[in-house]
Amino acid sequence: MRMLLVALRSLRREWRSGELAVLLASLSVAVGALTGVGFLTERIGRAVDAQASEVLAADARIDSPQPLAPAVAERAQSMGLATARITRLLSVVFNGDVSQLANVRAASAGYPLRGTLQVAPVPFGTGTPTRALPAPGECWPDSRLAAALGARVGDTLNVGAIGLRISAILVSRPDQGAAFVDLASTLVINDADIAATKLIQPASRVRFGLLVAGDDVRLAQFRTFFEQQQKPGERYADVDEASPQIGDASRRAGRFLALASLVAALLCAVAVAISARSYVARHLDVVALMKTLGAERRFVLGVTVLQLLLLAFAAAILGALAGWIAQAWLLKALAGLLRADLPPAGWLPALLGLLVSLAMLAGFALPSLLQLTRVPALRVLRRDAGPPPATLWLALAPAALAVVGVVYGTLGDWRLSGWFIAGIAGAILVLGLAGAALVQLAGRARASARLALRHGLANLSRRRAGSVALVIAFGLGMMLVLLLAILRRDLVDDWRASLPANAPNYFFVNIPDDQRSDFAAALRDDGAQLERLLPMVRGRLIALNDVPIAEALVARGRSPAGVARPPGTGAGATDRTTDRANGRGDGRGGGAPGGGGRFGGEGLAEREQNLTWSEELGDDNQIVAGRWFTAADAGQPLVSVSTEFRDALALELGDRLRFDVAGESLEVRLASVRKVKWDSFRPNFFIMFPPGLLDGTAGSWMTSARYEPRSAGAMASLVRRFPSVSVFNVGDLLAQVRAVIDKSVTAVQSVFLFTLLAGITVLLAAVQSSRDERRLETAILRVLGASRGMLRASVLAEFAALGAVAGLLASTGAALGGWLLARQLGLNYHFDWLLWVLGIAGTVLLVAGSGWLATRPVLNNAPREALR
Amino acid sequence: MLQALQLTRQVSSPEGPLTIVRDVSFEIRARESVAIVGPSGAGKSTLLALLAGLDLPTSGEVILAGEHLNALDEDGRARLRAQHVGFVFQSFHLVPALTALENVMLPLELKGSGDARAEAHRMLARVGLEARAGHYPRQLSGGEQQRVALARASVSRPAVLFADEPTGNLDSATGARITDLLFELNRDADTTLVLVTHDATLAARCDRSLRMDAGALA
Repeated sequence: MRMLLVALRSLRREWRSGELAVLLASLSVAVGALTGVGFLTERIGRAVDAQASEVLAADARIDSPQPLAPAVAERAQSMGLATARITRLLSVVFNGDVSQLANVRAASAGYPLRGTLQVAPVPFGTGTPTRALPAPGECWPDSRLAAALGARVGDTLNVGAIGLRISAILVSRPDQGAAFVDLASTLVINDADIAATKLIQPASRVRFGLLVAGDDVRLAQFRTFFEQQQKPGERYADVDEASPQIGDASRRAGRFLALASLVAALLCAVAVAISARSYVARHLDVVALMKTLGAERRFVLGVTVLQLLLLAFAAAILGALAGWIAQAWLLKALAGLLRADLPPAGWLPALLGLLVSLAMLAGFALPSLLQLTRVPALRVLRRDAGPPPATLWLALAPAALAVVGVVYGTLGDWRLSGWFIAGIAGAILVLGLAGAALVQLAGRARASARLALRHGLANLSRRRAGSVALVIAFGLGMMLVLLLAILRRDLVDDWRASLPANAPNYFFVNIPDDQRSDFAAALRDDGAQLERLLPMVRGRLIALNDVPIAEALVARGRSPAGVARPPGTGAGATDRTTDRANGRGDGRGGGAPGGGGRFGGEGLAEREQNLTWSEELGDDNQIVAGRWFTAADAGQPLVSVSTEFRDALALELGDRLRFDVAGESLEVRLASVRKVKWDSFRPNFFIMFPPGLLDGTAGSWMTSARYEPRSAGAMASLVRRFPSVSVFNVGDLLAQVRAVIDKSVTAVQSVFLFTLLAGITVLLAAVQSSRDERRLETAILRVLGASRGMLRASVLAEFAALGAVAGLLASTGAALGGWLLARQLGLNYHFDWLLWVLGIAGTVLLVAGSGWLATRPVLNNAPREALR
Repeated sequence: MLQALQLTRQVSSPEGPLTIVRDVSFEIRARESVAIVGPSGAGKSTLLALLAGLDLPTSGEVILAGEHLNALDEDGRARLRAQHVGFVFQSFHLVPALTALENVMLPLELKGSGDARAEAHRMLARVGLEARAGHYPRQLSGGEQQRVALARASVSRPAVLFADEPTGNLDSATGARITDLLFELNRDADTTLVLVTHDATLAARCDRSLRMDAGALA
């Protein structure tokens, strides 16, 4: 009790000295960064858990690219299972002349079998649950779609060949994904209307779904029945299979944010260590005196530990509050990507915040503070008598343990933690070495500088360790912020700018075989520059050199991890992304360039592919192995694949590939490999055959075009005339990808703001630890006749130079990171001097501003102090 | 050169106002050397601070080099010091981040003098530390630091040089050498010297002594 009282009293007295305030601020920022992300990921996790049974809107779902045989649904009903049909396709929806790509879902009575739909009378209104569905002739757009179309309840939306009246706005549906919403907006219509839309034509890109719900035994029996007569392309998914994918997605996103918050936390640890050391330095005399007056070492130790515990609790509370505010901010940044109705967070992240606070104090402050207990009482007589130097083990081991503990505690993965720690250590080493060299250079360069600058530079090189710590702290923080800015602005813009001005801006898919001439003529009549028209037929790769594809892939060492796809976007991208968001992951390769995702050999093997044939190669395709088809190859069993397909399946020229095309087996030999320039926005396919092999099976055709409709209603009337044709506006798709990148980057940048805050706490700690020196220096300079202006200029010069060094390293690091990222994505990165200008200016402003604020009280020191 | 007119300095304390300097008046002529002596707590250092414009009196006035210090703001007093005043401290008070040479250049630069570097080199040679020009204060002994401090105080040829216990932190032999140097420099530059000291030998070398006791001139 006596210890507690002494601890409290001395905490109160010491508060004014400043070190404790900096210690508390650094701990709070660290806890705030980690708990902010912790609260958010926990809320997402809870949403995933709570809605695991609802992700399918059923207990199980059968998906198929073909209409399901009625016998399947009848059998389920006869077994006592509830059923509902859900047909899904992407189509352009019109409100007058305003169009928007939408995920059209035609549902039959009973949908959803699990969970409920929520509707509102206005976009983004508060949802009320409903068991109903849109009546025939009506539709429910979701808030985003209604807003994008400028549509209200009562308006009529044109969907394919028919008009449907909006009777409500859809706020949420159970199968929209547990945490992340779909990229494309949703339009729910009644199953009875789907035929009238004429959107479903032979070979349309439609998914037919049958939802079933009931008890486990019957579901198991039904599954057995289904699997006995399962057709190619049909998939059975139950909750166990569907929810982990969504859980994984949110875990990955959460982990990324957690990594960002850890950078901030580790920088705060530096501030904690600096503050603790300067606290100890200032308290050696006091402790020596206490010992002289009879305080035992145990007592001193007890008081110290109690003070730390009190600080840890205070920081945990303040940090958790900051974290709570931060997660609200993050939610705002991610608005539109996350469901608005996430469940509230629990207390676990706050508890983890307390543990982080304790671990950081134990690792970074306790070793210094323990030194305090070892001060000899002799110090009251001999000021040079200090505590024995700490052994390296005692100084480093707790810090290392704390870092490992906090990182592993946050990430929960040894491998990732190892990589993270190694990565950060590497970055710190490089920044530290470069920082030390630049600080040294700045020190040398001061000879020719004017007085204020010289004095600032001299201070910089004298407190080298502190300066380098600050360069690391601000350099790392700014580098990450700048890198994200490059990612958001430059990379996306560079890529867009690299596209030719007359690149096709529309994709048209699902053009029926018998309408293709009319369709092409209609487009040309309206001034469109049409690219090649290619046929499309669906097929599945089933064997490789007579070995079933799954076994062949294992033999070739291919796993689902797959290979990177080049960036790009188009019809294929939207389908694939939407499908992935729906938790099915069965997008179809081919047709058009994709969204820069990753795909694997097994995924390709299981998927139905879009196949095409042509004797024309196109200048956006380059043969990198084998030879392209000649006229003599017409009808020959040959195939040409893209480099991505070749890599994913480890194919070699001459391999025999067997496809299942509309139930027919077709074996072909790999004749060539093409490098495809996907961002030409022309029709392109992973897999191409020579003409004359599949001609009779053509289901539909696709093309792309540069098209600026001559009249406002031209596109709407084109879609009405050819209702089954799906139109994809490249600009809209790019805007969608851009919006997702923007929101994600904003969220991550928000977390990195904590990193800059952490940098400021390191600066405060460094200024605090040099406070006495600075006071004296100020007083001496004042005595010698220095004006306030000169002192201010000197401090500004010191921190501006520090900021310039940190900014230079940050900009260079970010540019290199951007270049590496661009290379990884197959883009050209243009080094832009503006990055350095903005990076250096921004860091100079930040560091000089905070440095000046932190040293202001010292600058006001009276010159008479020098006589004391 | 320096006039103190009825100087009083009070500070507030828990027991009420405390008078540290009480009604002190005197005049020091140009080129005169004056020692302010007295027991600890007599108010010597406070008086020195008032004379140099480091602090302002509660009442009374200081006229330094013809300027009324009360009429100047803090920056004005700083400018006056830069132009006319040199200072030597008991604890040397060299700027730790600057080399010996840069420390000596400091007053010249604050004054806006032309060739600070050459002048500082010359002054360092004068105190016998030319070879140590590039050294930092922490690399110098106490005596060497005080020699740099003397060079710094004299380099701008100040009209008045204030010294606060200039030998207080040095052993007697080093102290004696520093004292010799101080008076040599003072004589060469025709400087007015005002020093606070406990050292009777040092005080005896001055033209006259002012004895302080309990805040007043004895």
